[in-house]
Amino acid sequence: MPELRDLYQEVILEHSKAPRNYKALAGANYKAEGYNPLCGDRFTVYLEMDGDKIREIGFQGAGCAISKASASMMTQSVKGKTKAEAEHIFHRFHELVTGRSHEHEAELGKLAVFSGVSEFPVRVKCATLAWHTLEAALEGKQEKVSTE
Amino acid sequence: MSAAAAVPIRERVVKPLVDAQFDVEKIRVDFPILRTKVHGHPLVYLDNAATSQKPQAVIDALVRYYEGENANIHRGVHYLSQIATEAFEQAREMVRAFVNAAHASEIIFTRGTTEAINLVAQTYGRVHVGAGDEVLITAMEHHSNIVPWQMLCEEKGAKLRVAPMNDAGELLLEEFEKLLGPRTKVVAVSHVSNALGTINPLKQMIALAHAKGIPVVVDGAQAVPHLAVDVQGLDADFYAFSGHKMYGPTGIGVLYGKRALLEAMPPYQGGGDMISSVTFEKTIYNKLPHKFEAGTPDMAGVAGLKAAIEHMNGIGIGKIAAHEHDLLVYATEVVGSLPGVRLIGTAREKASVLSFVLDEVHPHDIGTILDQEGIAVRTGHHCAQPVMERFGIPATVRASFAAYNTRAEVDALVRGIRKVHEVFA
Repeated sequence: MPELRDLYQEVILEHSKAPRNYKALAGANYKAEGYNPLCGDRFTVYLEMDGDKIREIGFQGAGCAISKASASMMTQSVKGKTKAEAEHIFHRFHELVTGRSHEHEAELGKLAVFSGVSEFPVRVKCATLAWHTLEAALEGKQEKVSTE
Repeated sequence: MSAAAAVPIRERVVKPLVDAQFDVEKIRVDFPILRTKVHGHPLVYLDNAATSQKPQAVIDALVRYYEGENANIHRGVHYLSQIATEAFEQAREMVRAFVNAAHASEIIFTRGTTEAINLVAQTYGRVHVGAGDEVLITAMEHHSNIVPWQMLCEEKGAKLRVAPMNDAGELLLEEFEKLLGPRTKVVAVSHVSNALGTINPLKQMIALAHAKGIPVVVDGAQAVPHLAVDVQGLDADFYAFSGHKMYGPTGIGVLYGKRALLEAMPPYQGGGDMISSVTFEKTIYNKLPHKFEAGTPDMAGVAGLKAAIEHMNGIGIGKIAAHEHDLLVYATEVVGSLPGVRLIGTAREKASVLSFVLDEVHPHDIGTILDQEGIAVRTGHHCAQPVMERFGIPATVRASFAAYNTRAEVDALVRGIRKVHEVFA
């Protein structure tokens, strides 16, 4: 049976209450908006790209604890990374939360706290919303991304 | 601040209102799904506004139909076809009596409320709404009573007007009256709001619209399961509802329409059963109600709907309403007084729906934690995004009650919300 504490780990609750990099970036050269119509979660991700590198990242929006914590921890994990590196982390993160593979969990560092999400399939969209939004921002897409 | 303190609670003393004859345990026995265990807990099903559970009688009716009656209706001269046709038309008569329509031919079977509203928008609406005209709805409509009218308005160059509500979720009747103008061609309103539980003053609203010669389409999906509906008493021109929210099967619903209106309307879909003769040059349409029932209908669904009505009549709609009112009053008191709870929708007249938000915790997180306790509630915008916007929230948690729910289940909900507090402490 899935355990609530596996999902709502302390680190996740802490980030959801006090999200990091929760700000709009005045100097953002890329941004994207993400929306989950199922629950109304809505985030904007701002990027200051230095060539291929994420020099600065911020986000704003509203959502559940899982989506907010995921956005917060995402900003920490991709800051200073290249586009390709960030996409690779998302790929590994996606494997983890969908339960497809736990073998690269160590590679994910702190993000491994989201492994409990795989026991709650309806919450996968919450955990990945900010990441899809980041991906859209990196691609320079203008239209709003949706998890539906 | 605890928002709960600001919530008006009508009855501070929560005494059971239900007479001793209402034996909820006896009703529960009829619903096999209620014996389900969810994550090791007994199922507490409080998502009835989304869809109700089905009694054994309805499940049996579906099986019986396929085991003993299945044949296409209105076609064959053979034995089974006659049996099926007779059962189908008996069900229509039962629906007529259930909503007190004048004629069985005013009862059109549809896939559900959504299809029924689309039918009216695409037939009556397309004939009577033109460029510069207006369709009036309210601020508390379900998407299914917004989008069909929006589509019509877009096609015709007409304008969708919206009657506002107050902070309790009650329609502002004076504003509604002011919006009934010379260009208003149709009014479309919900009888009971799915997101807030508000019971609209429908009879008054219809009288106001009729005083200006405007017909009224009623979305009755959330009303029919909870209160006795009398379409003639209301003087509704159209009244739509779904079987699956009133203990019946999915995929079957009803459009009631006044005969004169239905007769003057063009058909909705073309096909078999809705014609009386077809040549390549010209088709003569069938008479009511068949004109609006193209194709082989959901005959098993109709058999199930008939069983659902029999089930409700067997308990008594008045008793169901009283029992649900008791649960709502009790839940309003005990959930509404929990720390951090803010009730959304505090109309004086309400049916069966308790929508709320919790300070600092998103409804989706609440839904997951309650689910772990076996409690099924709806979390989200309830297909009523403009309602959420009106209250400045992205979503709510909605507990909605049916005849088989108990005060003990409301207590389980309270324990579940306390668990949410623990997790997020």
